Amino acid sequence: MERWKKRIFVLAMAFLFAVSSLTVASGQDTIKIGVIGPMKFVQGIGHWNGATMAAEEINAKGGIQVGPRKMKVELVQADSNEFLSITDATTAMERLIARDKVHFVVGGFRTEAVLAMQDIAMENKKIFIGVGAAHDELCLRVAKDYKTYKYWFRGSPFNSSFLGRTSFIHLGTVGAILRHSLNIPKVKVAIAAEKAEWTEPMIKAAETAIPGMGMEAVGVWRPSAVATDVTAELSAIQRSEAHIIFTIFSASVGIPFARQAGELKIPAVQVGINVEAQKDGFWGATRGMGNYVATMNTYARGVESNELTKAFVDTYVKRFGETPTYTADTYSAIVHGLATTIEQAGTLDPDKLVPIHETRVYKSPSGTVAYLKDAEGRHLHELRWGPGFLTALGVQWQDGELKAFWPNKWKATPEAPEVTYKGMVPYKIPPWMVEKFKK
Amino acid sequence: MIGIYLELACLPAGRGFGDWNLRYNMALLIIDIVISGLISGSVFALLAIGFSLIFGVARIVNIAHTAFYMVAAYCIYVVTHKMGFHPIWAMVIAIILVTLLGIICYKLFINPIREHEGAVLIATIALAMAFQEVMGLIFTGTYLSVPKLINGYHVILGVKVFYQQILTFCVALLIMGVLWVLLTKTKLGLAIRSTAQDREVANLMGINEARVAMMTMGVSVGLAALTGAVVVPLTVLEPHMWMHPLIMMMAVVVLGGLGSLKGSFLGAYILGFAEALVVFLAPMGAFLKGSVALSIMILVLLIRPEGLFGVYFEEER
Repeated sequence: MERWKKRIFVLAMAFLFAVSSLTVASGQDTIKIGVIGPMKFVQGIGHWNGATMAAEEINAKGGIQVGPRKMKVELVQADSNEFLSITDATTAMERLIARDKVHFVVGGFRTEAVLAMQDIAMENKKIFIGVGAAHDELCLRVAKDYKTYKYWFRGSPFNSSFLGRTSFIHLGTVGAILRHSLNIPKVKVAIAAEKAEWTEPMIKAAETAIPGMGMEAVGVWRPSAVATDVTAELSAIQRSEAHIIFTIFSASVGIPFARQAGELKIPAVQVGINVEAQKDGFWGATRGMGNYVATMNTYARGVESNELTKAFVDTYVKRFGETPTYTADTYSAIVHGLATTIEQAGTLDPDKLVPIHETRVYKSPSGTVAYLKDAEGRHLHELRWGPGFLTALGVQWQDGELKAFWPNKWKATPEAPEVTYKGMVPYKIPPWMVEKFKK
Repeated sequence: MIGIYLELACLPAGRGFGDWNLRYNMALLIIDIVISGLISGSVFALLAIGFSLIFGVARIVNIAHTAFYMVAAYCIYVVTHKMGFHPIWAMVIAIILVTLLGIICYKLFINPIREHEGAVLIATIALAMAFQEVMGLIFTGTYLSVPKLINGYHVILGVKVFYQQILTFCVALLIMGVLWVLLTKTKLGLAIRSTAQDREVANLMGINEARVAMMTMGVSVGLAALTGAVVVPLTVLEPHMWMHPLIMMMAVVVLGGLGSLKGSFLGAYILGFAEALVVFLAPMGAFLKGSVALSIMILVLLIRPEGLFGVYFEEER
């Protein structure tokens, strides 16, 4: 009897081993992509939606050709909860790599969390395409320690320095419109920046750039990133007699700021970066008081950066009922980035994929992607900015719709060709500004 | 101060007299600070009074107080946006529902462990976190907003003030008045004050102390809901919106003296003015307004450990 018990036990163990081996074997027929982000928030939802669209599109075509066989894409969601806890973010990344055994990771949003998650991915030699964080340091690490950080690539948006440069162009554009339309000889600019690491270099750059553009910087106001009442700041800005408020907001403060400024009819236009204003929900969240707020953005309905934009935006809107924001660029990171690189390499080996991916130049719905090297010729895996590559858009809320006003006959240098994307509309000055300044 | 303004307002700002210009700008600055301070202080006062009430009576440190405020805000959102009711009905429904929720929570989670103050503290933290997660699951982290009861703004001495902010200020004063009447002119108030002074003696005098505590909890949570109703149209709804007000509310009640209603009222305005001073005098450090307010609280406590009108510490000595 004891012998039979032992035999049954051994057989059962052998059966379990066989089943688990089969499961692992069948798992190897898919490419596992971890999608990491704050999944309870719009940013994480964008990550997941973009990746879902990518996986559906690839799998509908039979999968990705990896050498002799086609492999389907399997997504694994990880909630980083990074707005509240960096520890949660690193745990989520550990789980993706150790338990879910993903081949690649896309996503991440908050720089502080992405820096920590990047280290874990790099230690495990996992290609991590960042879709959300803009801090330059993420890519500088690649140049400083290529062997360790070569598995990191920036997917979206381009870095803080380029974000700053683009937003200054928007500021200059709006400043010129005010000067000419309202006959304001010297345009005054108030800088409103949330208290966050990424805004520090932008504030310094803005204080230098504004006088250089023939405008006057009248002060810097720095509300908390999660401030819910900014009426005091707005009163002070109004007292400064600013004509433009140059906003540098990525957090929730962008909503009360825009809403209260609109309700109080502060006679100053808002331009710069307001991440909350990039979302369809902004109109409802500000109860329509965010009208005329302008911000940098990646996508807008009816605007085409290239021939891929319309199909992506239309499908996304049809599938998810809202305009994609830049965190939905997990789509292009997978479809136009990873999938093609894997097919070219014919393998999932990250060490073979990196040299191919870093030299590729390819089109994505937001523009042409190419990776930069630093002044010493070292790889940065940083996105190239400028005409013909990625530029982003200048968008403005106009009566409930997000319209793009830039680039419209934009010349990066006097000799450069004009850049105009399809679907541009003129910038609108709020009527209370016109009423106050038009003579 | 208004006299100075009126005197100076007669002079045009750009008259050319540097001294007058300076004084004019100073007067405007003071007006800005006073009005902003009154508005912020009213919000803090509304939150702190309810918290102070339940602590003063039942010695319950209800960390979930601002979480009830958050639940009321979401109630108003659902009733106005999903059901299409007028905001005033949404307010009434939210106050009733949240008050009931508060009483149920008290009966289920707080009353059984009331004698252990540490356990109550932890239980109410857990309760607040649970509310946060439930709201996160239902509404996600998307930022939402609710309509104002009164739209528009009024210019007071050159400062634009929302009607909703004026309403908040009036409600804060009204609540103080109503509470004063309740506590001093009614039998319930007498019972509440007796219980606050000495629970055991109140019990011996025939007052059902447990029932008084439950009713006070209802009033306290009702006040949190009312605060949500008047304040939330000025802010943004999201599941973590209870945390920042909680810190400021705790600062107010500690500054005013734990359990003291007048202390809470005064403490709220002191911190409100401190915040306004930071924003107007140091715009680059506007994000520090909360920290500066908390520092003032610490300073006051160093000089007067029981707070401005402390009850609890005095009793312990």
